[in-house]
Amino acid sequence: MWKWLHPYAKGEATYKLLGAWLPWLSGLAAVLMTVGLVWGLFYAPPDYQQGDSYRIIFIHVPAAMFSMGAYTGMAIAALIALVWQIRTAEWAIAAIAPVGAVLTFVALFTGAVWGKPMWGTWWEWDARLTSELILLFLYIGVLALYYAFNDARTGAKAAAILSLVGVVNVPIIHFSVYWWNSLHQGATITKFEKPSMPPEMLIPLLISIAGFLFLTAALVTQRLRNEILKQELHRPWAQQQLGVEVNHGV
Amino acid sequence: MNNASTWQLISCIMRRDLAVALRRRSDIINPLLFVVIVVTLFPLAVGPGPDILGRIATGVIWVAALLSALLGSERLFRDDFLDGSLEQLVLLPAPLPALALGKIIVHWLLSGLPLVILAPLCALLLKLPVDAWGVLMLTLLVGTPMLSAMTAVGAALTVSLGRGGALLSLLLLPLFIPLLIFAAAAVESTLVGTSAYGQVLLLAGLMLLTLTLAPLAVAAAIRVSVN
Amino acid sequence: MAFDSWQEAIWMGGYGFYVWLSFGVSLLAIGVLVVHGLLTRKKLATMAVQEKQRKQRLARRQQQERELRSATTE
Repeated sequence: MWKWLHPYAKGEATYKLLGAWLPWLSGLAAVLMTVGLVWGLFYAPPDYQQGDSYRIIFIHVPAAMFSMGAYTGMAIAALIALVWQIRTAEWAIAAIAPVGAVLTFVALFTGAVWGKPMWGTWWEWDARLTSELILLFLYIGVLALYYAFNDARTGAKAAAILSLVGVVNVPIIHFSVYWWNSLHQGATITKFEKPSMPPEMLIPLLISIAGFLFLTAALVTQRLRNEILKQELHRPWAQQQLGVEVNHGV
Repeated sequence: MNNASTWQLISCIMRRDLAVALRRRSDIINPLLFVVIVVTLFPLAVGPGPDILGRIATGVIWVAALLSALLGSERLFRDDFLDGSLEQLVLLPAPLPALALGKIIVHWLLSGLPLVILAPLCALLLKLPVDAWGVLMLTLLVGTPMLSAMTAVGAALTVSLGRGGALLSLLLLPLFIPLLIFAAAAVESTLVGTSAYGQVLLLAGLMLLTLTLAPLAVAAAIRVSVN
Repeated sequence: MAFDSWQEAIWMGGYGFYVWLSFGVSLLAIGVLVVHGLLTRKKLATMAVQEKQRKQRLARRQQQERELRSATTE
């Protein structure tokens, strides 16, 4: 593992590796998302209960999945950053957090808009929506802490500790919110997903989920590349990457 | 290093913290007054009818407790950080998480325990039925150590920032949610006449988990903040 | 195609507003993130150029001072 990991702990090698991945990731994201969303929007059959409003699922479920997946990823990066002191992992926290926050916002927004025709209200204290809202607060907290310090290194480490504290708490918060919801549930509870989905709906959903996976990866890659350049701006290779002539002489 | 000296160190640090904190009594009393004042504001805002007040009493008392925990949190490490004794703490020949746990316990003795004692007064003001007072105090007794521990994590993370107040509340309040939910549910179930046993046990389990893990996080955060 | 015409596809059986609102805002949010990443890179390039120019100015200034000093000592 060390042999493989070690060169990528250095900025330049990681930057170039990520650069090689980026076109593939963004290309796959674009293709899969277009196919999945267009299929879901126009070709999948309408739901027998919710009519065409259920089509929001093709964006809501993938966004919700990867909003939580990104938090796990961020926590793993935080663990690597704290245990092995790898700086790339510290920067990965700053790269993942905004992506995760936007995905959380998307899940929250689509959930709320979906709630309007389903429950008749823009905001319902539904367990899933509530825990997405709390997840958004957690992301904002990590980002705020990361950028609160004058010294970038201290900020990254503090944010890493906070992400780990958060990831221990996320299951507890999740469980408590679901439990709270079951205590207070009114008559308005509708399940977002049915236990079994016909394949005409499931296949576009799976394609859309795969598309969001690559979208998340591509966005994180893009931001991580930026973060590496920002931290290594004084190095000649970084300046070269940004199109500045080096060794030009004075 | 033998065990006796570690214990001596920890108890010495705890006694010192207690002495320092008791010298500045306003820092202890102000968060408690804050709770009482917040509790006073609610009947003025929603009306003094016992039906409304009794229903929201637990929630109001607990939210006030969460906010007052944030108010008193800077006291935990700020002065030690400014006069350099936090660095000395890191250098002591005792495990830093154990010292952190000592600090958490002292903080709880001065912020959580008074709140438990104050709870009947708040419950009286908010017209909470008397049979629920015991459970309310029990949830506070089990829940406030968790508050102290989590607050210590946040305070240790933000201690090197000049003013971490607003940031601290952003970091900590989402993490307090499970505590709030289970504590409120425990009192609620007493009010409707069922046993609050399960919720209180759950809170106790969470408290043990928090008191085990939080000192580790506090120690890591102190190391980051001091360097 | 689950719809008979494009009008129906946009109408979405009466749910068009909700479906298109959620799709539009979601794609907009993702688009903002992508553009922000691209702009950050551009800003970094500007910063790199400025940094280089600053270094050049500094070097030139030092060179001048060195020349001046050697001229006065001679």
